[in-house]
Amino acid sequence: MNCGSDKVIYMDNNATTRVAPEVVDAMMPFLTDCYGNPSSMHTFGGQVGRAINEARAAIAELIGADPEEIVFTSCGTESDSTAILSALQTYPEKRHVVTTRVEHPAVKNLCENLDGLTGHKHRITRLPVEADGTLSMDQYRESLGEDTAIVSVMWANNETGVIFPVEEMAAIARERGILFHTDAVQAVGKIPINLKDSCIDFLSISGHKLHAPKGIGVLYIRKGTPFIPFLNGGHQEHGRRGGTENVASIVGLGEACRLAAAKMTEENTRVRALRDKLETGLLTKIPRALLNGHKTERLPNTANISFEYVEGEAILLHMNRYQICASSGSACTSGSLEPSHVLRAMGVPFTAAHGSIRFSLSIYNSEAEVDFVLDKMPAIIENLRAMSPFWSEANK
Amino acid sequence: MWDYTDKVKEHFINPRNVGEVEKPSGVGEVGSLACGDALKLSIKVNEEGIITDARFKTFGCASAIASSSALTEMIKGMKLEDAEKITNEDIANFLGGLPKEKMHCSVMGREALEAAIANYRGVFLPMAEGEVVCECFGVTDLEIIRAIRESDLRSVEEITNFTKAGGGCGKCHDRLREILQQTVAGLEVEPKKVQKEQRMTTLQKIKKIEEVLEREIKPTLKKDGGDIELIDVDGDFVTVSLRGACAGCQSSRTTLKVYVEKKLRELVSDALIVEEGK
Repeated sequence: MNCGSDKVIYMDNNATTRVAPEVVDAMMPFLTDCYGNPSSMHTFGGQVGRAINEARAAIAELIGADPEEIVFTSCGTESDSTAILSALQTYPEKRHVVTTRVEHPAVKNLCENLDGLTGHKHRITRLPVEADGTLSMDQYRESLGEDTAIVSVMWANNETGVIFPVEEMAAIARERGILFHTDAVQAVGKIPINLKDSCIDFLSISGHKLHAPKGIGVLYIRKGTPFIPFLNGGHQEHGRRGGTENVASIVGLGEACRLAAAKMTEENTRVRALRDKLETGLLTKIPRALLNGHKTERLPNTANISFEYVEGEAILLHMNRYQICASSGSACTSGSLEPSHVLRAMGVPFTAAHGSIRFSLSIYNSEAEVDFVLDKMPAIIENLRAMSPFWSEANK
Repeated sequence: MWDYTDKVKEHFINPRNVGEVEKPSGVGEVGSLACGDALKLSIKVNEEGIITDARFKTFGCASAIASSSALTEMIKGMKLEDAEKITNEDIANFLGGLPKEKMHCSVMGREALEAAIANYRGVFLPMAEGEVVCECFGVTDLEIIRAIRESDLRSVEEITNFTKAGGGCGKCHDRLREILQQTVAGLEVEPKKVQKEQRMTTLQKIKKIEEVLEREIKPTLKKDGGDIELIDVDGDFVTVSLRGACAGCQSSRTTLKVYVEKKLRELVSDALIVEEGK
């Protein structure tokens, strides 16, 4: 099957990323020749185990962790569930969880279903955010209590790219003897992370957000953090996660982390400059376009822009005709009927929430692509506005 | 990504009849910015009651735009009484179908058409009445009941797909289930039951009474050479005048109470009291 990836202008990297060609090359032997089971006693399998450990070391290196602190999972969602449920099982007397109103569904929906999953009643504090998507640290401090088992706050928001001060928040939790988890699937590989001196106990990574394949995740578990496994089974991952290793993907993630470390500067200079050019261009060329999220406390690759009085799905489908790939926080694109919970938590008005488009770039984007998008977007928005009953009203 | 038919895509990319009719005969506006889709339909109706022009402005997704475009194409050149019969299924079928989660876009089209025709006729639509069940999208029980009946809906999820009700916070799901059960049961036992319980404005009540007189009562009286005319409605007091053979009929009082009042109470409101005007 040919999907025509050479033709698309892919600006949806917070949804998923292209698997880096180097990653594919690194994986290939483990999909063909090297099919041994790393747990086997023979050399044929044992050499596969070594490849896993090399990958583990590369991942640990990227986030300033110890290889022993890396546990492979199937995805970011599994990592999130594992961390939060482990903390609640560790402290059965503590029934309070602190999180935010803008978490990814992997954490948000887990927290909503905790009572049913565990058979115990929980109290969930969902911290509100400011209009620019940032958190109030005072409210955070006040939310922590004697019965708080764990805090789970994302490192960077997938929709707006807004970065939360998770290291500072983890330090506050530590003082109170509370475990701290962060869903860092959008942050790892995009911004420098060093867990060595942090108080973060758990951190989730998803392979496909940083040019590794889908179906591989990592849960970082700080040495000494009490832990109860989510998947019980064999002795893999030192008994912390049962199930035969997804060898090829693990090796791929290792390679992706090596690449991310090497490209970190490029991500934060060239990609950031491209993002800024795109963002500034759209905000100046198109009237009544608004930036969602803090101007600077943000991932270098993400721009979430609302075009007032038009609807996101319609914008995306017009962009699709030019093979431009992006996402929207509109109701119609989510399959639900309400616009993004993130934008609603920020208090983005309905005039703007339905018409939000998220552009998320990667090192594979070029300036020519940004120029092309800047060339096409104004007419798309103008045409849809000409059709919108609210646009003429708004401009009376 | 939604699985849109080629016709939906084509109408989305090249929508027909975008804009507003100059000096429209009727305008129908439904939806809102908050809900994520809205449609303003304007129509021109000639003396023969034919829709000569129809234009739309839509805020919404691809299927909302395509449904609006399809609707205008369908009704142009159509007699009002034929246009009135257009259902949301007709709009969806015109487009070769819509994804089930998008059926509410075709419902929006039908509602805008009804609103535009009502506006042309100068009548108030009863749809806006009733108990608001879904606070998130402002959907009333009457709209839900109608969708359940018209599209033969059988689950809360289907109700959401067609009306949006229950698609927000989800607090109304229990109530939706209740309405669904009652409506489905009512279909078999007593089809008019729910309609009778609706709260109506006087204007709506008059319209409803007129309807029942025309449809049910007049034909029966005419069989005996009689006729009836509505004179006034004041609160629950309905004043009518018996005509033709009924006028001098000995049993006119019985006809009035036993037949006319009973029928109006059954089909419009229990509280009605029918009197003969002088």
